[in-house]
Amino acid sequence: MADIVVVGEIQNGVVTDATQELLTRARDLATARSRSVAVLAFGKDAEAAVKTADADEAVVVVDQAVEEYNPGVYEATLVTWLTENPALLILLSNTTMGMDLGAALAARLQIAMIAYCTDLRIEGSSELATCQIYGGKLAAEVELPDRAVVTVIPGSWAASGRSGIPMVHRFNAQPSPISVVKVIEPDASGDVDITRADILVSVGRGIQDPDNLELADELAQAIGGVVSCSRPVVDAGWLPRSRQVGKSGQTVKPKLYLALGISGAPEHLQGMKDAELIVAVNSDENAPIFDVAHYGATADILDLMPALTEKLNGRNG
Amino acid sequence: MRIAVLMKDVPDLVEELEVEDGALPLDDMSFVPSEWDDQALEEALLIKEETGADVTVVAIDTGEVDGLMFTALAKGADRAVKLAGGFSRRLANRQRGAVLAQYCQTQGFDLVMTGVQAIDDLDGQIAGWVAGNLEVGHASVVRDVRAGADTVKVVQEYSGGKMAELELPLPAVLGIQAARKPPRYVTVAKVRQLQKTASVETVDVSEPTAPTLSVRKIYKPEAAGHAQMWGDDVDEVSEKIVNLLEDKKLLRS
Ligand SMILES: Cc1cc2nc3c(=O)[nH]c(=O)nc-3n(C[C@H](O)[C@H](O)[C@H](O)COP(=O)(O)OP(=O)(O)OC[C@H]3O[C@@H](n4cnc5c(N)ncnc54)[C@H](O)[C@@H]3O)c2cc1C
Ligand SMILES: Nc1ncnc2c1ncn2[C@@H]1O[C@H](COP(=O)(O)O)[C@@H](O)[C@H]1O
Repeated sequence: MADIVVVGEIQNGVVTDATQELLTRARDLATARSRSVAVLAFGKDAEAAVKTADADEAVVVVDQAVEEYNPGVYEATLVTWLTENPALLILLSNTTMGMDLGAALAARLQIAMIAYCTDLRIEGSSELATCQIYGGKLAAEVELPDRAVVTVIPGSWAASGRSGIPMVHRFNAQPSPISVVKVIEPDASGDVDITRADILVSVGRGIQDPDNLELADELAQAIGGVVSCSRPVVDAGWLPRSRQVGKSGQTVKPKLYLALGISGAPEHLQGMKDAELIVAVNSDENAPIFDVAHYGATADILDLMPALTEKLNGRNG
Repeated sequence: MRIAVLMKDVPDLVEELEVEDGALPLDDMSFVPSEWDDQALEEALLIKEETGADVTVVAIDTGEVDGLMFTALAKGADRAVKLAGGFSRRLANRQRGAVLAQYCQTQGFDLVMTGVQAIDDLDGQIAGWVAGNLEVGHASVVRDVRAGADTVKVVQEYSGGKMAELELPLPAVLGIQAARKPPRYVTVAKVRQLQKTASVETVDVSEPTAPTLSVRKIYKPEAAGHAQMWGDDVDEVSEKIVNLLEDKKLLRS
């Protein structure tokens, strides 16, 4: 029976980077406290994907019903396995799966839950979690209780690259009345591909009104870039989903990311923090976007966009 | 069909967050409805318009939730229920989840909807806590809710724009990512008007017994880096950006 359980995610036949990160920290904690690590993963690729994972035990669930993520089947299976194998610490990534299952598992197992974790460490006799709250504006330091489910924000620490030879065994999927009707792949048709642009003029809720998008379009033309955006702009129906940068949108790495009226919520940062050069304009000097930007300004974007466009056009023309 | 929309208010991030002795002085802060709960309410109201569903807004009384409740009524909710038990603003989500589940259990709602997350849910999201306590099916990070007679269909979002359509039998709990339309707006005048005739029901509930997390401190994270700041003068900032583009050879010739 393992003390620390990593609920793994597999993509394209391999364990995701986020799961590798969980395995790394699980092993660090386990070594310090003489504990064992298990990884649990779903789907036909699971066995091959976890057989070299840095874990003592690997539990694979292979069944038609788990080929695609299904919240009902995954939860029922995890609850059954974790009830038979009551781990102290259950780690999930703060992905859709983690956000979907984390608290529900904690409730079913009647244990604590810690969300948006960015660090897990041992300090003296305590085990501590650091969590990101208030849209990334604040952090909380929390004591890990005896048993807890923890969801970790992907990219919070580096994966070690260590591998291992876990003992692999199978566990049966448990039934659920929830069904996956169909999988919808990202729509790549028609619109521009923002992941290929060298310069992104990215607008957030600070654009305020769809009419103001014209200013962003003109700026993008003048600067030779493409307009992208944060999620609320898409949800408002002002720009198509293909333009969305972030956790549930695209991950971009342009030569220049010009963030205009974007606060820098963790879900947005996840999609653009590795851009080569980030310039942020936001009237709120405390906006978290300035923590990842290289250059920043507190100007009003509605004034800045036309001014910058004019300056660029003056040079070009 | 009877739908419950679970709502809460959260500190307004537009205001500067001041930490005092490792905690937030919540009593001195201004609160706004959690934006994702607003999305859940909107989606529920759209379902009401399509199917004639009955929408009850449920909030735990941790202080001043009346504004949020009357606004929901003004937008079209049928009932507003406040769960009272002398709760403080610091009530943790594990506790909230237990209180809300306990109430929902007595009501037999077909569909329970709430926001996918809130900015302060340090100990997990409400949808999961409530579903887990109720032991009913749930899906979070969803949108496009289509309610049928015995089932509900939703679209669940994954990273990179991938999604899946799921079907859940009723009753079910949903964590809403976004409504099909931006949340409707009601004027303050309309809310005030309604306050004269409509009422918020109060239901007394008992305190949950589960332990809470032990939070050592809340603090402003020290960022690994910070932007070099150029101030707020539009001309100067434009100039700086053009110079930077030139420097990095990103200016079109
Ligand atoms: C599961 C999940 C997935 C998500 N996925 C994504 C995702 O993929 N991408 C994403 O972006 N978000 C995503 N989000 C949403 C995310 O949490 C934030 O809500 C969102 O990023 C905020 O967008 P914003 O910065 O444009 O808006 P806000 O946070 O409202 O920020 C607007 C900013 O504009 C500034 N501003 C306003 N007016 C002006 C002006 N005139 N001039 C200058 N500045 C101005 C304000 O100071 C403010 O900082 C996701 C959320 C969840 C729960
Ligand atoms: N949210 C929680 N869920 C479960 N157990 C907890 C939680 N918080 C604390 N505990 C446990 O309750 C005991 C006292 O915790 P505390 O008072 O927070 O130090 C310890 O054994 C903790 O592990």
